[in-house]
Amino acid sequence: MDFVQNFPCISIILCLFAGIISSGLKDKAAMWLNAALLTVNTLLSAFTLTYTLSIGHPFVYVMGKFPAPWGNEIRAGAPEALMALFFCVIMLLSLFGGRHKIVEEVEEDKTYLYYVLTDLLLSSLLALVYTNDMFTAYVFVEINTIAACGLIMIRQNGRTIEAAVRYMIMSLLGSGMLLLGLCMLYDLTGHLLMSNMQESVALLVANGEYEIPLIVSIVLISVGLCIKSALFPFHAWLPDAYGYSTVSSAAILSSLVSKGYIFLLIKIIYRVIGFDIYRDTRIIDILFVFGLMGMIFGSLSAIRENDVRRMIAYSSVAQIGYIYMGFGMGTQVGMVASIFHILSHAATKSLLFIAAIGLTDVSGGSRKFIELTGSGYRNKWAGIAFTVGSLSMVGIPLFSGFISKLLFSQAAVQNHSKMLPALIVLGISTVLNAIYFMKTVIRIYTPIGQTAYPSVTIKDMQVYAVVLVAFIILNVVLGISSQPVVDIIQQGLATFA
Amino acid sequence: MGPNLLINYGESVAMILFGIGFGNLLLQTNLIKKIIGLNIMDTAIYLFLAEKGYIAGRVAPIVTDGVQSMEAYINPIPSGLVLTGIVVSVSVSALMLALTIRLYRRYHTLDLDEISKQLKKEGL
Repeated sequence: MDFVQNFPCISIILCLFAGIISSGLKDKAAMWLNAALLTVNTLLSAFTLTYTLSIGHPFVYVMGKFPAPWGNEIRAGAPEALMALFFCVIMLLSLFGGRHKIVEEVEEDKTYLYYVLTDLLLSSLLALVYTNDMFTAYVFVEINTIAACGLIMIRQNGRTIEAAVRYMIMSLLGSGMLLLGLCMLYDLTGHLLMSNMQESVALLVANGEYEIPLIVSIVLISVGLCIKSALFPFHAWLPDAYGYSTVSSAAILSSLVSKGYIFLLIKIIYRVIGFDIYRDTRIIDILFVFGLMGMIFGSLSAIRENDVRRMIAYSSVAQIGYIYMGFGMGTQVGMVASIFHILSHAATKSLLFIAAIGLTDVSGGSRKFIELTGSGYRNKWAGIAFTVGSLSMVGIPLFSGFISKLLFSQAAVQNHSKMLPALIVLGISTVLNAIYFMKTVIRIYTPIGQTAYPSVTIKDMQVYAVVLVAFIILNVVLGISSQPVVDIIQQGLATFA
Repeated sequence: MGPNLLINYGESVAMILFGIGFGNLLLQTNLIKKIIGLNIMDTAIYLFLAEKGYIAGRVAPIVTDGVQSMEAYINPIPSGLVLTGIVVSVSVSALMLALTIRLYRRYHTLDLDEISKQLKKEGL
């Protein structure tokens, strides 16, 4: 066994230990420990990625050397390592970009708790990405939920606590359904490891046994994870949670937490149930319809919004709809588009949140559009970054959003029965996206003669500017040289099955 | 299907309880009642698991009389899952209760709709 095979396990354990140690540290020390942890994890994931690409197939790491079907396993292939790398990078950038707001908005002497929560959140995300065991996945889903709830409510005002309660209620409904579905699947198959479960499920389907319980458990798991990742009708908690929490939390929640659940669902579809069996249950049609509705209604709500943070939050609802629409295609191409959109949306949405905070800061802290007039001149870097994020969301070539829209349309063309609704809604949604993002961009670049608000220069915000530039580079790289990423995803999905 | 429901009455009861708990967690406006619903829902799942793990006529897998045959014991994994699940649900309930206390101190009500109304008045 190569030493690199230990890395996924080590990165999860490191996060857990960092969380425990941080709880006894001072604010500054916890912050640096967190930054070091994220850097180390980024490197470990990058090594894992190059290693899996060089050996050309995924590897299984047996925890505690108990062999299957008794032990617990970690499985790392190229898509898992890519996802882990991406999660670490985006979390690092989001935290650095919102650092000054964390100091400002979280009670003094309590900011170390923020880093405890992010450490634990990262551990649960990595575990969700890497685990090969369903019950471990459930436990880390709950850790993820609790940590995310803490990130929302650590900024103390009435709004955030109420948002945290609403978030918890929806999440708990989702995890209840996930747990029930998982228990049913365990009773049907007698296994908890994904690969063993898949063999048993294939056998059950081949023999035509337990047809209804199998469908019920698949539905429960899918709906549970859809609720947790805020698919359209279950998004009521989302605008408050993203709109009022401190900005790093909003960026992490929108680009990482909900994506972790979606990636888990992808793993379950491929590695537990089997893609063909999942497609034949017709639940993908339901996901398709709700995905399309989310794309339209999310954008419509965003247009009506008069608060820039809540507008970006509603745009997340629309983007989650895109991802589930890709699921609903029921083809490999659609799945590739969905996974690429997970990456592209994560890179863009955290950029938008971080850029928006720079704009509101130079507008007296107000998030109303009328106050934002001309803020692109007062904070040039944030203005440019927000424009790049908006263009990417709308789907202009050169940026990552264009590639995901291209992949989605390619997937739609290959599916005859769903081609027309998918393409029409894709078109409408793009227009709606353009309306509210371009409205904001025009607003922030509308010249205003006299203003009460001072401008900021590069000297006041060096770290912030570096973070924005890194985000922009990430977006453009994903947009220009998307082919290697798409190739990794394609090969990875082939090894998933 | 009818007779199966009667034979597996434990599982049927578990499903009914799950429905009750789910409905309460979703529909009640009172936060404490929501938390009660959450606990009913989670407990129903543990009942379902325990019921599935039990095999009539066998005993808990603890070797006392030197009987080592697998046929004498029930499957221990569901019991282990129940224990793990209980730990998770205890921590989640504690978190929910803590949040409820925070909201009650601020708004002097447990009604989530009422809290939303007051928030709108604050105009944050």
